Amino acid sequence: MALAATAFALLVFSSFIIGQSRARASAGSSGLKLHSLPNYHGCYVALWAGVPALLILLLWLALEPVFLRSIVLDTIPERTASMSEQQLSVLFSEIQNKADGAFGITAADESLTRAIDSYKSLKRTSHFAMLAVFFSVCVLCLLFARSRIAPAFTARHAVEKAFNAFLFLSSLIAILTTIGIVCSLIFESIRFFQLVPFTDFVFGAKWSPQTAMRADQVASEGAFGAVPLFVGTILIAFIAMCVATPVGLFAAVYLAEYASKRTRVVAKPILEILAGIPTVVYGFFAALTVAPYVKDTAEALGLAASSESALAAGLVMGIMIIPFISSLSDDVINAVPQSLRDGSYAMGATKSETIKQVIVPAALPGIVGAVLLAISRAVGETMIVVMAAGLAANLTANPLSNVTTVTVQIVTILVGDQEFDSAKTLSAFALGLMLFFVTLLLNVIALRIVKKYREKYD
Amino acid sequence: MENQDKVKQMNGSGVKPGLAAEPTMRAQGKSEKVRDVAPADHRTPKAKSRGVNVYYGAKQALFSIDLDIFENEVTALIGPSGCGKSTFLRCLNRMNDVIDICRVEGKIEIDGDDIYSSGLDVVQLRERVGMVFQKPNPFPKSIYDNIAYGPRIHGLAEGKADMDEIVETSLTKAGLWNEVKERLHDPGTGLSGGQQQRLCIARAISVSPEVILMDEPCSALDPIATAHIEDLMFELKENYTIVIVTHSMQQAARVSQRTGFFHLGELVEVGKTEQIFQNPVDQRTQDYITGRFG
Ligand SMILES: Nc1ncnc2c1ncn2[C@@H]1O[C@H](COP(=O)(O)OP(=O)(O)OP(=O)(O)O)[C@@H](O)[C@H]1O
Ligand SMILES: [Mg+2]
Repeated sequence: MALAATAFALLVFSSFIIGQSRARASAGSSGLKLHSLPNYHGCYVALWAGVPALLILLLWLALEPVFLRSIVLDTIPERTASMSEQQLSVLFSEIQNKADGAFGITAADESLTRAIDSYKSLKRTSHFAMLAVFFSVCVLCLLFARSRIAPAFTARHAVEKAFNAFLFLSSLIAILTTIGIVCSLIFESIRFFQLVPFTDFVFGAKWSPQTAMRADQVASEGAFGAVPLFVGTILIAFIAMCVATPVGLFAAVYLAEYASKRTRVVAKPILEILAGIPTVVYGFFAALTVAPYVKDTAEALGLAASSESALAAGLVMGIMIIPFISSLSDDVINAVPQSLRDGSYAMGATKSETIKQVIVPAALPGIVGAVLLAISRAVGETMIVVMAAGLAANLTANPLSNVTTVTVQIVTILVGDQEFDSAKTLSAFALGLMLFFVTLLLNVIALRIVKKYREKYD
Repeated sequence: MENQDKVKQMNGSGVKPGLAAEPTMRAQGKSEKVRDVAPADHRTPKAKSRGVNVYYGAKQALFSIDLDIFENEVTALIGPSGCGKSTFLRCLNRMNDVIDICRVEGKIEIDGDDIYSSGLDVVQLRERVGMVFQKPNPFPKSIYDNIAYGPRIHGLAEGKADMDEIVETSLTKAGLWNEVKERLHDPGTGLSGGQQQRLCIARAISVSPEVILMDEPCSALDPIATAHIEDLMFELKENYTIVIVTHSMQQAARVSQRTGFFHLGELVEVGKTEQIFQNPVDQRTQDYITGRFG
């Protein structure tokens, strides 16, 4: 394999040289001026040599298992005749594993051994055929491209087109992935809503997704009311924002307006390091330091508090979010034109009057955008909440009790063994979908606000 | 006219605390103006600079500037780009304080008070010496709030009616009232460039300053808006002392009574506008106004 890859790389590289020298030669012999630089001719030939062959390789690899499967399974008709589609899949993957697997794994019976042997030999043949086709396509295309080179040939435009196509493809991959994820969320959610009515999910006040894993197991029916989860999410996000918004904003004002250059150079990166701390670390901090402290303080004040609380999680999450707000707000405050500051100072305003009455109002849309982005970050945060706020789906607004959030429930639902089409598992997709819409909405609003703000000064 | 009288009254009645000396100064200026014909430079200047040096870091931008600015006159500062006109203008209301690397030496007095003395309140100084910038810079607030900004922070209005009156007077004096009276609560940034500049002028006069500094106030405007603002300066000089920086020789000739010519950080020549333009003493001034360099 490594040999083939090296050969291919060499081939592509030499095709570049071939294209280049061919272009020079054709220009020299005909005395015409080249339309494109020799480099472009080289790229052109190299692209032809590389891309079609690679595409065929990909196609081959994608289709190979399909053909192999039908051929191999046909060698053992006596076994496969009565099997369902699902059983066939299992059988084929067993064959594959045994064929690719270590020595010493012997098949249980004769027909399986036969299938495995046929699989092995087919696979080897396919492999050689693939390499043969791959390299011949490579060489053929190279020759074709080489034949097209002439002084008037517009290799520059051809390369440009190929580059465009490549860029387009890259963005297409990103977009298709997003669409794919959203679609899978939607389809699985639809399956969930066939089991649990939509209204029960959206308005139900009880969340306990324990359903029977096996038919003979005794278990409660399971309740899928998402309200406690969303209330928990909102409660924690709210606490977090109460911490992060003022602190972040004031930090931004200080950095943008008051701090000396030297302070700024030191302080800003430090603040941004906060954003780089893994959330698990914040999680420890929340669970081991802040949560006990919150509990002790509350008890000292005569309030009942559980050892895991929304308050602890919210406080730590707020700290985590500070850099988002401060860094974005700092940018928008800096984007407020100096001429507005000058205008205000020239009216005899002091610095703090200028900040309060001119700079912050002018930067407000951008600051709101920053806050909304931070909220969507807070809503999506999982680790801190898992560690510090608990798993109990309490419907409460008391910050001292333990609550849970949407993301935490998704994690707990999907961790461990699950039947894939049970209501419990599917509910994770429904939760994910709702969460997705909420954060999407927040992001869209935030980005619109930020954009509108940008237009104003451009 | 009626509105103007009101503002005059406001000026005269010493609304601003700590400026009790002002009415008499103003009266002096007026009486001088009555004499009108050829008041020589023995008048008491409104603002006086002596030996002003300005440095940006190690680079010196102004060299020993001695310049008198008289009341109820338009003083024009002309000179090639980079010669320090804006720098000098910004010395007069200490806007250079905002620039970290800027250092001012020498003495500048307004009404006899050294404005660089340590006891002076910069905020109050800027209330007395207003400024209009090259590029219109209305705050992103309503037209009304743009004008009310200064009076609010200095506590010049008692109650809404008072504020409404200040807003109307200022806008009227800036010649903008009729255009915006229907939409006082629309954003100031939604006005045209010329209107915005007049809004900024109205904003500057809303606190009844004694001196108005204008740094190329018309350079972003079309000829019609420019004419508008020149008319405005002509009227405003009845009540205020105006210093204007301009690149247009015609403008300086049209609106100013005195002209100072700056060159490479030096004040080459200063005198009555007609004299500077018709009969300059210095060769450099001669070259500049005839367009031979700069
Ligand atoms: N903020 C600053 N930092 C450093 N140097 C400055 C600063 N502002 C002005 N200068 C320098 O001071 C000198 C005078 O500048 P100033 O802006 O006063 O010129 P000007 O006469 O107003 O020019 P223009 O007609 O182009 O507006 C210039 O050499 C300029 O480079
Ligand atoms: Mg200037």
